[in-house]
Amino acid sequence: MKLTELKNRQSARVAGIEGGTGVERRLEALGIKPGIEVTVISSHFWGGPVTIQVGKSKISVGRGMAGKITVEKH
Amino acid sequence: MAKRILLMGNPNVGKSAIFSRLTGAKVTISNYPGTTVGFTQGNIKLSEKEMGIVVDVPGVYNMEPLSRADEVAVNMAEDGDILVNVVDATNLERNLFLTLDLLEKQKPLIVVLNMWDETRHKGITIDIEKLGRELGVPVVATCGLSGEGIKELIEKIRQIKDSGGTQRKTLSRELKWEEIGRITASVQTIRHHHHTVLEVFEDISIRPLLGLPLAALVIYLSFQVIRVMGEGMIKYIFEPFFESVWMPLMNAVSGFLGGSGPVHDVIIGRLINGEIDYSASFGLLTTGLFVPFAAVLPYILSFYFILGLLEDVGYLPRLATQVDNLMHKLGLHGYAIIPMILGLGCNVPGALAIRLMENRREKFIAATLMAISVPCMAQIAMIVGLVGQRGGRYVMMIFGTLFILLVVKGLIMNRVMKGSSPEILWEIPPYRRPHPAAVAKKLWMRVSEFLKEAVPFVLLGVFVVNILYASGIIDFIARLFAPVLSGLWGLPKETISAMLIGFLRKDVAVGMLGPLGLTNKQLVIASTILAIYFPCIATFTVLVRELGAKDMAKSAVIMLITTVIVGGLMSLMLPANI
Repeated sequence: MKLTELKNRQSARVAGIEGGTGVERRLEALGIKPGIEVTVISSHFWGGPVTIQVGKSKISVGRGMAGKITVEKH
Repeated sequence: MAKRILLMGNPNVGKSAIFSRLTGAKVTISNYPGTTVGFTQGNIKLSEKEMGIVVDVPGVYNMEPLSRADEVAVNMAEDGDILVNVVDATNLERNLFLTLDLLEKQKPLIVVLNMWDETRHKGITIDIEKLGRELGVPVVATCGLSGEGIKELIEKIRQIKDSGGTQRKTLSRELKWEEIGRITASVQTIRHHHHTVLEVFEDISIRPLLGLPLAALVIYLSFQVIRVMGEGMIKYIFEPFFESVWMPLMNAVSGFLGGSGPVHDVIIGRLINGEIDYSASFGLLTTGLFVPFAAVLPYILSFYFILGLLEDVGYLPRLATQVDNLMHKLGLHGYAIIPMILGLGCNVPGALAIRLMENRREKFIAATLMAISVPCMAQIAMIVGLVGQRGGRYVMMIFGTLFILLVVKGLIMNRVMKGSSPEILWEIPPYRRPHPAAVAKKLWMRVSEFLKEAVPFVLLGVFVVNILYASGIIDFIARLFAPVLSGLWGLPKETISAMLIGFLRKDVAVGMLGPLGLTNKQLVIASTILAIYFPCIATFTVLVRELGAKDMAKSAVIMLITTVIVGGLMSLMLPANI
């Protein structure tokens, strides 16, 4: 499933990142990479950003980019 | 040649705080990524004879540049003699990626575990010595804001050998992450800790349901506090001083100069009904000092005090996330709120912060919107002071018009210009308790900047006003522009003098509207036009540099067309006796 399908406070493991290496690298720089556990802490309506907890940091990701992150719940 | 010591690290890890501690230089330190745009350098004493240059490099995540701003930072690393890698100790794992990248440069390297004080609250323990052994470089724990550990860091910088760091083979990204995982596991232990009140607030303020009302409340309260503090300082400190201390002195000088004549008019200004009038006399020592000190400075003080608190707490990136979807409609993204808010203080730092925007389209839109719709605090203070006397609703009409313009122009530019606004991807820093000393220092820095930059220009403005009037040039120009001013906007042709001075200083320009005897309607139109027609010279210079001459010219055309249309519409639509 996609990161955007997760509800508030739901956690999942990043499975993969679709889209070019550019997106992949930018996400990786912030610690978002396959195998990492993320928790959604806020999801804005009207196509607003998704904010996730990754390790010790919180990161806001635009909805389009968040849609390219696939996750699997455990 | 002096050694170059580069401070490098992820965004918002406290490089600027360390920089300021090492060099004593004054730089802006805030709790959000991207505070440092461009780079700053300062000096440090390495030994009795040797000085070093410390460079505060903008934050990067790794040595593979993903944007132009990253590229600047990455290229700078090449000509550094000593690299000081500032690491956020509360986020070791992610920060170490850059550390491994830097180790490959084979230059003398020192790792600084900054925000060390926060690790204790967060239940994090790091074995510093072990980390040093793992990396093969010196490691120092610091707290940039309090100064803890800075002495030790300076010692380490002095002792470090010129011969490059430990030989390391270049690892692939995957192997680097593996290596980082191994290192972190062996040096760091994390104890579970209960959520603090600040942490609960952190999550609430980023969610839409409670976060949006909270954002509205924060903005409303900020403006109320700025207004009350500003008014209070004017009423109880600055006006009493100018009335009971400065006025007798000026009366004496006026008497000494004979009460009239060209020298008297430049220094004291023209007497109004035989008396000095700070808002109408327009002399260097009267209006020229009253405007910056009594009318504007109190608001500058209160604005930057509140802004400093919001910055240091870490609220701004949350606000950026909250407004992101709205800003997308205007062709921007949420982070564009930061140059806009800085622009409310002074458009110059606002224009500099436009570098935070990723592409040319976004820079252009942000700059044009700011120049048209974001008046600086000096101008706001004068509008509140002058127009506010006629009634609060006139002030609201001006700011309401500017806000509508912001939205309409944004919607139009987003439609008309090719491309779309980039996706956001930014880190939300934790809330931090502001350090009173750091807040005070930043406030002092910004206020003294205002005094240094603004006062000479205000005086120059007042001086030019005198020359324009004394030489009769103003009459000539006024007649030239009369068709637009009177015909289109319904303003007396004398308002051209304010428009001319507006290029120099918007606050003086608004002040010049006072003695013209305008009707309420004319005052509202003239103040609005002064806000939108063109940026002041200081902002203009920065914008030309940031956007390039071609884009700035396009932007200026938009501004002028907007001014003609908006002034005309207001003149047509507002009833004569508002």
